Amino acid sequence: MVVATKRAREGEKLTTIQMYKRSNGEFGIRNHLLIIPTVICANQVANRVMQLVPDSVAIPHQHGCSQIGADKQRTFDVLAGTGKNPNVGAVLIISLGCEVIDPAELAREISRTGKRVEWFDIQSVGGSIKAIQHGTQLAKEMRAELDRMEQVAAPLAALKIGVKCGGSDATSGLCSNPALGAAVDQLIASGGSAVIGETTEIIGAEHVLAQRAADEPTKQRLYDIVAAFEAEVTRMGEDMRGGNPSPGNIAGGLTTIEEKSLGCISKGGTTPIKGVIEYAEALPQDGQGGLYFMDSPGNDIECVSGMAAGGVHLVCFTTGRGTPTGSAVVPVIKITGNKQMYERMQDNMDVDVSDVLQGGLTLQQAGEAIWQEIVEVAGGKLTKAELLGHTEFSINRIGPSL
Amino acid sequence: MKERVEQGAASIVMHESDDVATALESLQAEQQVVVRIGEASIPMKLKQPIPFGHKFAIRALPAGTEVRKYGEVIGRASKAIALGEHVHVHNLEGIRGRGDQASKGG
Repeated sequence: MVVATKRAREGEKLTTIQMYKRSNGEFGIRNHLLIIPTVICANQVANRVMQLVPDSVAIPHQHGCSQIGADKQRTFDVLAGTGKNPNVGAVLIISLGCEVIDPAELAREISRTGKRVEWFDIQSVGGSIKAIQHGTQLAKEMRAELDRMEQVAAPLAALKIGVKCGGSDATSGLCSNPALGAAVDQLIASGGSAVIGETTEIIGAEHVLAQRAADEPTKQRLYDIVAAFEAEVTRMGEDMRGGNPSPGNIAGGLTTIEEKSLGCISKGGTTPIKGVIEYAEALPQDGQGGLYFMDSPGNDIECVSGMAAGGVHLVCFTTGRGTPTGSAVVPVIKITGNKQMYERMQDNMDVDVSDVLQGGLTLQQAGEAIWQEIVEVAGGKLTKAELLGHTEFSINRIGPSL
Repeated sequence: MKERVEQGAASIVMHESDDVATALESLQAEQQVVVRIGEASIPMKLKQPIPFGHKFAIRALPAGTEVRKYGEVIGRASKAIALGEHVHVHNLEGIRGRGDQASKGG
């Protein structure tokens, strides 16, 4: 893949990146053929098709049936949002034929972007073997179409990123999160958009974030979503500690959820929070860019999957303990402030900013290194998670299985 | 947030109003460290080994005191904590997300 970044002559200021143009005017930094099983019962056929079609990616999951109401809607929204993500060029939906997620409705929703969407169900086609054959034929044809697409120069301001931390330790709050925050400030100054999430991990720090809310409703909403989450913990009758902070967080020096939260929030930088969006909701596109908060769990895979469904191009992910996670349709850039872990887990880490803690690097310089990596990955450089074939995907549940 | 960490510092205090410092290397029991709080450099002796990334008290904290890092409250001392003592789950409890206390009516 070509690393294609163009710099305008005046002041070497980066203005465009080579991206794939979608028919709705959006730009993608990857050109995925996505295979979506509507229900767990279609996972095996979807996986077999993926194995037979190089450069396709499937998102097997546990859901799609025995769900009602907002919980069913959330599964639908994550599947639809992932299909609509600008990094996806075309979508093949594989249904069983009797589940609650309606494949025709899902196909219609994703088609609103103008990209090619095909669907079929295993029961009508006549079982797994015929479904694998039918799906493979469709997928090969769609992949060939995508391979003929050319990249075009896209404005840097089109870039949308998610920021996430996982497997945190003390270095996350001291170093990698504030460094990522500096990179986010730079993205937003360039006209881009960013989203920060993890409602669980702003407990105890919501008053600091709320000061940055762009308006009163956003401020109130931040307090409300934290209160709703804390009420769930109360309903469970448990101390959060042990679940979050996790055993690894605690071994890494983090003592309470408040301490973890106060270290977490700096990864969003310093700009105003323009609004709070729902889990998997699309980032607002007012042409101005800016920072948003997504009401999501702290769970790494559920949160990153929600951000991908919200349309981000890539996720910047800080970690102190070391975590390998990638994502099905978005590159995940791994950033650490823990030198020992970086040296142990170089297979998984993209950016090492631990020199900040030795006094060798300022936070601004570390932020600049992260920004450079964002630009290169947007231009086609593969992340470690992509090179290793990580395609994690997980849907947050909010209701019981029936 | 500190823009630059002092070169070779053994620990860092994130805000002048903090009660704890974070170890930037593994520190030993009885070790003398100089902790920089704002413009002041204050020598103190550690009571226990402090692993990398863990915290120690930079002032005595009576039981029940709210404890600060980043200039904000990170929890409450669940027992009295002496200057130079390791501060972690054994002597610092969270105030938020305590469903266990709510269920006991606490």
